[in-house]
This record gives sequence, structure tokens and C-alpha cells, in this order.
Amino acid sequence: MSSTLTNPILQARGIRKSYYKNHIELPVLRGVDVAFARGEMSALVGRSGSGKSTLMHLLATLDQPDEGEVWFDGQRVDNLPRRGRDQYRNREIGIIFQFYHLLPELSALENVLAPAMISRSVLGYFRQRKSLTARAEAMLDRVGLLDRKTHKPSEMSGGEMQRVAIARSLMSEPKLLLADEPTGNLDTETGESILQLLRQLNTEDGLTVVMITHDDTIAERADRCYRMQDGLLVDRFTNEPSQDAATSPSARTSDQSPAPSRAVSAA
Amino acid sequence: MYRLLLCFRYLRTRYIALASIISVTLGVATLIVVNSVMAGFSAEMHERLHGLASDILIECHASGGMPDPDAHLAEIRRVVGDDIEGASVSVHVPSMLGIDFNGQLITRHVNLVGIDAATYDTVSHFGRYLIHPENQKQVDFNLRESGFAENRENFPASGWHYRKARVAYERALSEERARVEAMNREVEKLSSGRPTATSATSQDGLIEDNAAEDLASAGPLLGPLLPPEMNGGETGGVAAIFDPATEQYPGIILGISTCSNKLRDDAGNVRDHYYCRPGDDVRMMFPSASENPKVLNQKFTVVDLYESGMSEYDSTFAFVRLDQLQEFRGMIDPISGVKSVTTIQLKLVEGADLNAVRDALRKRFPPDTFAYSIQTWRDMQGPLLAAVRLETTILNILLFLIIAVAGFGILATFFMIVVEKTRDIGTLKALGASGSGVMSIFLSYGLLLGIVGSGVGLLGGILFVDNINEIAGVIERITGQEVFDPTVYYFTEIPTILNPFTLAWVMAGAVAIATAASVLPAMRAARMHPVTALRFE
Repeated sequence: MSSTLTNPILQARGIRKSYYKNHIELPVLRGVDVAFARGEMSALVGRSGSGKSTLMHLLATLDQPDEGEVWFDGQRVDNLPRRGRDQYRNREIGIIFQFYHLLPELSALENVLAPAMISRSVLGYFRQRKSLTARAEAMLDRVGLLDRKTHKPSEMSGGEMQRVAIARSLMSEPKLLLADEPTGNLDTETGESILQLLRQLNTEDGLTVVMITHDDTIAERADRCYRMQDGLLVDRFTNEPSQDAATSPSARTSDQSPAPSRAVSAA
Repeated sequence: MYRLLLCFRYLRTRYIALASIISVTLGVATLIVVNSVMAGFSAEMHERLHGLASDILIECHASGGMPDPDAHLAEIRRVVGDDIEGASVSVHVPSMLGIDFNGQLITRHVNLVGIDAATYDTVSHFGRYLIHPENQKQVDFNLRESGFAENRENFPASGWHYRKARVAYERALSEERARVEAMNREVEKLSSGRPTATSATSQDGLIEDNAAEDLASAGPLLGPLLPPEMNGGETGGVAAIFDPATEQYPGIILGISTCSNKLRDDAGNVRDHYYCRPGDDVRMMFPSASENPKVLNQKFTVVDLYESGMSEYDSTFAFVRLDQLQEFRGMIDPISGVKSVTTIQLKLVEGADLNAVRDALRKRFPPDTFAYSIQTWRDMQGPLLAAVRLETTILNILLFLIIAVAGFGILATFFMIVVEKTRDIGTLKALGASGSGVMSIFLSYGLLLGIVGSGVGLLGGILFVDNINEIAGVIERITGQEVFDPTVYYFTEIPTILNPFTLAWVMAGAVAIATAASVLPAMRAARMHPVTALRFE
């Protein structure tokens, strides 16, 4: 029970998730316990098929676990009613995707405004549209794309689209950013700039960033790294030598249903 | 907010969806055109049907009619007086019309109606269908000098002018014939000494008849050798002084189709050919009202023509003065002086319940006691009105089926769009949009498409209806086929009525169909699992 993660911002406890195909159970997550500390930049690393994306979807409540719980900021979120989960995704967290997932019909600015529009009625939006537009422009400015605000996604490069997506994820002032392979579709250089941007948001705004990647070199850029394999969290290490370097190679979780507290406490 | 924004964006960027609602547009436009033309037709038809037929018709089927119409009217007023605006009595009698045309006798079966000119106009639109403008204001059974249908093309000269000219011409002609005849006879006498049959009868197409006045009146045609004045001197009586150039028989108003024919000339224009016209004399044969009916044969002078536009009326009615017809048929009791009529027509006040009044009258005059048939004008024209209604209903159903078919087009297109937008739907859900929110994007998209589609259809339909006659003209020029054959229809232009209520429900129906077609795709979008949607390639 280490003191560093007594109050994690996001925590998964004993998550199990299987997919079924032709009535055959395909376990994807086989009991994952993981906790992400406030203000840290963490990475979930693993090969494709290791279950890292599924875990992220569960953390974002886009899907529901067969077993286990997801806690956000001291509140269980996986069993919230639909509406509550929608609000959680809309307000508490920001999600960034590998394929950006911008809406092609909307301009950059409108894409950034989308979360604000979703959470408000027509009337509510119109009442606040000046302040909301100002915030969206500030966010675009933050990612360095204010001059492209009227451009459609089809008129932008991959890196630009990912920046717009980041600006969008910041729109509703989330406490946590979930990034699913944010650089997976970008060349090294552009990916680097995206990583720098995420790091910047982490250090300057104190935003917790959880990044999912298959690339160890990217994972190394995070403060803390969790390795996944075959639906289990197999390894956990911190990248900064100053911080408890000894844990990195050795802190393994056992195969069979590790207690959540143990997984957390070791870090 | 995002719903509106997105569905407007989809509307602007998805042309395939716009293509799918073209059928809605066409359906709506066609519905509007069809409905307004049908409404125009049926209003015109109602107008015409109702024009001559009064609201309620009480007919007595006995040949002698019902005696003492005033007592009947008083009784009717006692029963349903509150609803009655006007009443008129008349005598209807089947008869045969004989027209002398180019020496041939043209016969027509007509319904001879004796009307009371003063009250008849209060129960029907009789006057307005007459072709003399003065008669339209006040019916007069005396022949007018001239001025018949001045705005009508090719209408032959009519009235006293024509009558006098005709008489003069006929007299001159018969004098000339007589002269030639006399010469011929002389020649024959010289050549063979054998007398030949004169051509007197062959010249006269009119049926033989013995009435003294007819003999005289047919003057120039029947007149063997001498002008009628001189001829009249021999037969004596009233006829002796009858001069067709200055006198007339009792006036009669003929339905225009009883004495004319619509034909196309070589150039393809429709022209009316008249067998007789105001100023000519015709013969009517009808039964007397006595126990042993005899055929009466009476000459009348045509004083006007009647054109309602309903061929049924125009080809079967002839009108004369009530008192004259009663006198001819012996419908006036010689002792008491009580007159009989066969028909009582009633006009009801606006908004009165036709059927209720009819039923009240039927109760007062039960059919097992009185040989009266009491009908509303709708009863009489029931089959026709029902046919038009049925036609309109069926057309509406068919056209709505067209829009429904269009609805399936929208359904298919929407499914395509939903599939195409799968990732966007996943994105929206990841950003916190609810299933119902996503559903409403596509529902409002369908609604919007429906509004746009039927709105364009509405505009198109209204424009079409407004210019329908010009369009018919253009089609006629291109195809050479007359869209609207005036020999078949009595309308010179296509009547249309745009009923705002019809427009509203056509719009509403089309929009509802378009929206309903988007429900399934929208539900599919709403139920889409966000993870599957996000992973969709």
C-alpha cells in the first residue's frame, strides 16, 4: 500500500472481458488491475491483441467489463447508467484516437466545439456560444492551428488532424486524457511533435495522460509504463531513473487474479 | 446542437439523399396538381349540377301532376319553413322536339319544363346560363331584337333581325319557286298535258299537322303558292293574321345541345353548328294531362339558348312559360281554375341540412299515399358525385403509394448513409453523445429531407397548377394532341382549386413518410456499439 497511488485518478480493478465468436469464448482481459496516478503521463504498452485497446475502451466506458470495476476520481463509473457514462466521457475525460476520428463535415473549429455542443441543448449552446467559441479558439491556438480553424479535416495533414483531435479532447476541461496510439498513424517526426504536445499538456496543465501504444520507444517517453500481454498486466516500470528505479524490471503481477491493492501498492 | 449542425451539413453534402427524395418531390407535386384539378373539376361539376337542380326536388309522377301548388307550398313551409329560402313550381313533361333544318326534320327527345320565370331563378341558376345578356338578368320569353352571345365566336345572327331576314328570304324563295313551278307546269302541260305532283310536301320537312295556326305559321315552307297572309285569309281564325316577320309563337328556351352539334372543322378548331337559333320556330309534341292523353303538337319560337356546360342538362331541357304549358296540357281545372304542377323545387338557406329537410318532407308526404318522389340534388346526381369522389380517393391513395415507394428509397439511402457514417457515430458516442441524440440526428435529417423534398414539390405543384393551361398549350403544340378536348369537356380551360387544407395534409403526409423511413436507419445508428463503430473501416 504505497502512498503514491492511494488516490489514483483512474483505476481498474479485476477487469475481465471476453468476446464471443460462434459461442466460443475469447478472453481478451483476464483480470487486470491497474491504477493511474494523478498528474502523471503513463503508457500502456503491448503488442496488438494484448488487450490494451480493450482496456482503454473499458476505462473510457465505451464498453462494459464482464467482471471488475472502473473507478474514476473516487467514483465507480463502469456501472453508471448510460446517461452518466455519456457525461463521464463528455466532461471528465478526453479521448484521442489513432485515426483522429474528426467529423469530416465539420471544420476544425466546429470539431473542437463538438463536445460542448453535445453536452448542451440548442438554446444552452447559443447562450454560451461566444465563450465556447473563444475557448475552442484558445484550444486550437494551444495546438498551433488557430489559422486553420475553418479548414475541413480533408484539407489537413495527419499531424494537424491529430492536433485538432487533441484540441477537441481538451474542450471540456478534462482531468484525464486517454490516447489510443496517438502517433500510430503518423511519421516519426510528426509523432514526436504530438508526443511533445501531450507532454507539454501534462507538465504545464497538470493533465493526467494515459497513452496506449505498441511502440516501446514511445512508451519510454512516459513517466510510467505498464506492459500488457495476453490480457494481463505483466510488467510495470518507471522510466525516470530518479524515481524508484529498482521496481521497473521486477514488479510483476501474478497471473491469477492479483488483488488490486497489490498491483497498485507495488508502484 | 450538434444534431442540427450535423443534419444540416449532411443535407448539404449528401447529394445522393437529395436524389432519393426527388420521388417525394414528384409525388407531392403530382398530388397537388391532381387534387387541385380534381377539386376544380368537381367544384365546376357541382356548380353545374346544382345550377339547374335545386336543393330539393319534389316530383309528382302522375301525368296530371299535383293540384293546387300553393296549398302544397304552404304545407311545405309549415313543415320545414325555417330552412327554405326560395320555392318554385314547374311542370315537367317528356316531349319531342322537332326542328326543321334544311328541309329535314330533326327530332330530339327533350324534357319540356314549364317554369315560372319570376321564381325559378330563386331555386336554381337558370338565368345565368342563358346566352342573351339581358335574359341573364331577367328571363323574357319574348324574342329579343338581337345581341345574342356577342362574345361568342361563330354564333349565327339571331333574334328579330334574323327572323325578319329569314322570312323575307323564304318568301322571296317560295315566290321564285312558285314562278318556276308555274313555268314548269306550263311546259309540262304543253309537252304531255299530264299533271305532276307538286313539290310542296317535299319542300316541307315538318311533319304534317292540321292545326290551323301551324298551317299558317309554317307559311313560306308549307305555303304552296301564296304568301301566308293571303293563305291565312282562306283558313281564317287567329292564324289568319300571324305574320312570322312580326309575330312569334310562345317563347321557348332550348338547351344548346338539343339544337347544335360540336364538330371540328378542317383546321381542327371546334365549332358549333346550330340547327336552329333564337328567332327560328320549332315544334314540340307532348302528351296532354287528361285521363286519355293525346299528343299535343305546338309550335314555339326559340327565344334563347341555354348552356350550363353539363351535357346532360344541355341536351335534355327545353323551357317554356309555366302558364302557357299548363294551358296547353289542360292542367287548369276549367271549373275551379286550380292549376296543377308536376314539380316543386326548393332552395334551402345556407347551411341547412339537405337530408333532414328531405326526410321531413318524406314523412309529411309518405310515398305510399302520395306518388311523389322527394330528392335532394345530391340524390339525383349521387352516382356521378360518388364516382368523382371515388376517383379522387383512388388517385390520392395511388399517389401516396408513390411517395411510400419513395420512402423505401429514403430508407435504403439512409441505411447507406448510416453505414458510411459508422465511424462518425462511434466518435460522437465517444465524445458523450447519447444513443437518442445520434438517433435524432438521422430522424431530423429525414424530417429535413422530407420538408425540403415536399417543399420543392409543393412549389412545383403550385406553379404547375397556376400555369396549367399554358402547360397544356405547350404539350398540345409539341404532341399535336389536344390535352383537353373541348368537344368532350365543356371547359375552355382547366379548372383548378388550390385548397390550403389539401396542401397542408399532402405536405404533412409526405414529411411523415420521409421521417418514418428514417426511423429504422436512425435506430440502427442509435444502437450501434461505440467500440464496433470506432473500429469500423
